Amino acid sequence: MTPAEIHQRLLNEFGPEVILHLHDAGIDPWIEVAPPEIARVCHFLKQTPDLGFDTLSNLTGVDYLEPDPKLQAKFPYSPHIEVVYHLFSLTQRHQLVVKVKLPRWRDDVPGKLPAVPSVTGVWAIADWHEREAYDLIGIEFLGHPNLVRILCADDWVGHPLRKDYEMPLEYHGIRGR
Amino acid sequence: MSTTDLPDQRVIEFDVRTDEMLVNMGPQHPSTHGVLRLLLRTDGEVVHEVTPHIGYLHRCAEKVGENISGPQWIPYTDRMDYLAAMNMNLGLSLTFEKLLGMEVPPKAMTLRLIICELGRIASHLMGMGAYGLDLGSFTPFLYAFREREVILDLFEEVCGARLTYSYVTIGGVTHDLPRHIPFPPGLATLTGHQPGVTIDWSDAVRIFLDWLDDRIREYHILLTRNSIFIQRTAGLGVLSADMAISHGCTGPVLRGSGVSFDLRRDGEPIYTRMYDGYQFDVSYAPFRPEDHVPREVVVGDNWCRFFVRMQEVCESIRLVRQGLDAYPQAEGGYRLPFRMTTRLPVGEAYLETEAPRGQMGFYIVGDGQPEPMRARAKSSSFCHLSVIPPLCAGVLLGDIPSIVGSLDVVMGEVDR
Repeated sequence: MTPAEIHQRLLNEFGPEVILHLHDAGIDPWIEVAPPEIARVCHFLKQTPDLGFDTLSNLTGVDYLEPDPKLQAKFPYSPHIEVVYHLFSLTQRHQLVVKVKLPRWRDDVPGKLPAVPSVTGVWAIADWHEREAYDLIGIEFLGHPNLVRILCADDWVGHPLRKDYEMPLEYHGIRGR
Repeated sequence: MSTTDLPDQRVIEFDVRTDEMLVNMGPQHPSTHGVLRLLLRTDGEVVHEVTPHIGYLHRCAEKVGENISGPQWIPYTDRMDYLAAMNMNLGLSLTFEKLLGMEVPPKAMTLRLIICELGRIASHLMGMGAYGLDLGSFTPFLYAFREREVILDLFEEVCGARLTYSYVTIGGVTHDLPRHIPFPPGLATLTGHQPGVTIDWSDAVRIFLDWLDDRIREYHILLTRNSIFIQRTAGLGVLSADMAISHGCTGPVLRGSGVSFDLRRDGEPIYTRMYDGYQFDVSYAPFRPEDHVPREVVVGDNWCRFFVRMQEVCESIRLVRQGLDAYPQAEGGYRLPFRMTTRLPVGEAYLETEAPRGQMGFYIVGDGQPEPMRARAKSSSFCHLSVIPPLCAGVLLGDIPSIVGSLDVVMGEVDR
């Protein structure tokens, strides 16, 4: 199925409040989904036989921010965070990119992580991918069974893949720079 | 004193009951293939719960990738899966080519195919040797290293490096294949040729492959059909196809569970066109009748994963031979020019390629600067590790290395 057909399928099922846009101008077309409904949409994408997205190839977050004031004028995106789901179907042999757009901080309060429902119940691998996204980009996955850091140490402060992340000056007596 | 002298035997049985114990396996345990730490909750010899702890080799590769341009990030991909660096270079290069809309010439594609399939052979040989070592058999490890050494010698003649090649690059490869090389000393010793004689590189590869063909049969005698090996691998660590798919397992682990899926055949056109016109089979459990699978083997167990890798070595040999035959007629140059300062388009591309350990995915987001805005490496070993807790629950402590080894993870790729 083409992304346009899948988009239409999803629109018929969930309506335009949940399934926002189809961006098919780029290389990998992607569908934007309203953040609170992502788990339901993913469950539908997996369980419907003719969609059959049984594999979550990749789950990651992207921090859209240009911290350098000199480059900000040319920066083509407005500041936000995206969670990207790369899906693949082994039965139907088609792929799809689903995205969720979140504010950089919840309620614009720095330090409050943006939140999105977890898709751990749909694909088991989402458990570790979501832990990594939480660890490195700082996205909270609601309903995740064990949302703790995975690559950084448990007592690490901050989320290193945020564009405005500052390297700590000191960690357990080890100089940062 | 015999136990019959005691008043009640049941008291003794009650007294010697074993307690639950937490055992730390790793991060420096030799059979954890690098710095993997497994926290085991054991009752006697039975493991109830396994919790993998990773991150000991985290080198911020993705953060680094956001601050340097594509060609500069290629050496970092070498250090992710350091046993198959060529295939990692290829994954990143193809992703950038997909983002930029580049199409490399046929000659570069043939070169990439030869090099990457040789890399796959080297990686699987290492996986086979290390797996034997995990199970207490030292001999195959030495043989595997001897063979791998010849491939490293051949790679050294091509690009100068033995482990971290950075040879496959955006737009093609960095050098053409060398015409005349001194006969690699390791290969000369093994095949009885005169060392130091000048020889064509592709002829040296052909001599090596002819010699390796016969060795595969020896590995099967030494390991695959060895009854101790079969007892320690068959029927153990059974991973069902559904579980493998849900846990994002790919490559030999997925095929060992009975799913016929290989990106070289089923992937995106930008990758599969490298393999257009080449003959190769995708090996997957439960295998062909002529493979004579032992009776104890269950689809999805350790033995199947191991055997898929062994079969892939044979298929890679076939592919390299076809590539060497096609190489002299291949058209175009070995590389398209690509500057380090080339600005990436505003947009994104995600591409998975079939690395020896599974599907390696790269996700690049460009914002008009030469440096990507987001450089993500999705590692297959990372996904394979996530399957350890369900796979290892309820097995004996001694079987943990057998299961972890059969997944063939490289920690550099997991932690990035």
